[in-house]
Amino acid sequence: MRDERASLTTSEPYAFAATGEGLASPRDYFELLKPRVMSLVIFTALVGLVRSPADVHPVIAFTALLCIAVGAGAAGALNMWWDADIDAVMTRTSKRPVPSGRVSAQEALAFGLTLSAFSVGVLGLLVNALAGALLAFTIFFYVVIYTMWLKRSTPQNIVIGGAAGAFPPLVAWAAASGTVSLEPVLLFAIIFFWTPPHFWALALYRADDYARAGVPMLPVTAGPDETRLQILLYTLFLVPLAASPAVLGYAGLSYGAVAILAGAWMIHLAWRVFRRREGEPAVKAAKSLFGFSIVYLFALFATLLGEAVVGGLMR
Amino acid sequence: MSGNKKTPRPSNEDGVILTPEQVRRRRARNIAIASVLGFLAILFYVVTIVKLGPNVLNRPL
Repeated sequence: MRDERASLTTSEPYAFAATGEGLASPRDYFELLKPRVMSLVIFTALVGLVRSPADVHPVIAFTALLCIAVGAGAAGALNMWWDADIDAVMTRTSKRPVPSGRVSAQEALAFGLTLSAFSVGVLGLLVNALAGALLAFTIFFYVVIYTMWLKRSTPQNIVIGGAAGAFPPLVAWAAASGTVSLEPVLLFAIIFFWTPPHFWALALYRADDYARAGVPMLPVTAGPDETRLQILLYTLFLVPLAASPAVLGYAGLSYGAVAILAGAWMIHLAWRVFRRREGEPAVKAAKSLFGFSIVYLFALFATLLGEAVVGGLMR
Repeated sequence: MSGNKKTPRPSNEDGVILTPEQVRRRRARNIAIASVLGFLAILFYVVTIVKLGPNVLNRPL
């Protein structure tokens, strides 16, 4: 039998469990918030906030952004709590705080729930109730609808689940103006239809990982060729949709030019993924599309932000 | 009651002794929590002033 008293004075995981005193550092908790996803959320929310026609005090705008970012981070922590079992068997996620044992599942759950309640409560009380309600729905959608239900049950998981990642500009718009109109819904739609080609490009060269974890991603269930076709179809729908704010008069010429040029390159890369189906060229094509899709979304939103800032300065 | 009676320190046999690494990380977590609480106190104060606006000075004596 193991000498329990001896283990309490060592740095073994067994000792942490016995004392309730873990080795988690603040950095581990910060990692639970999925900081890279959070940075994209902050950026798209900032665009929603700046493009809203309402004048909002900078302190209130900062508070809204902070709440949206923390809410997104809380959803990430709850996702890591629920998905610790599959994260442990996937190369990309095995070093996350919960599967690596630095943070316990219960700690991740408590952390996620506390931050969710705080972010929603503060946004609702200090900014406005609509924004608070939308943020609560976003967290619910990501954690319950996507993580707990869709992710392990359908290859359409990231199509529907993509809505969670698309909500931040809508929440920010509601935070600034207290209402929702067609323009933020367009921003939502752009991120929503961007998500499938973005994630499926990653899933194409990570299919083994997802198969090992039992996650029914499209390349695992329908095969890589069907995934390539779906990527192409979604990209063909996404590019004109992303240009529509310029056509409808919400955005200016510079946005239209970026949407068309970057969109044309997206279609080119999606076509290359569709055509190259074997070996290293196929992996390279999928990686190129995955990498550029991030640049594409960033370019669209950065141009929207730039136009709003320049427009504001010239008023 | 005698004032110079000291509380006995737990010995290795009857208390939980943390490793220096555990103590260091617990301290880091405590500092992080304190910083967040301090930041929230400042944020709530500033938002309150912003929400009240000029009316913060407008009250009858």
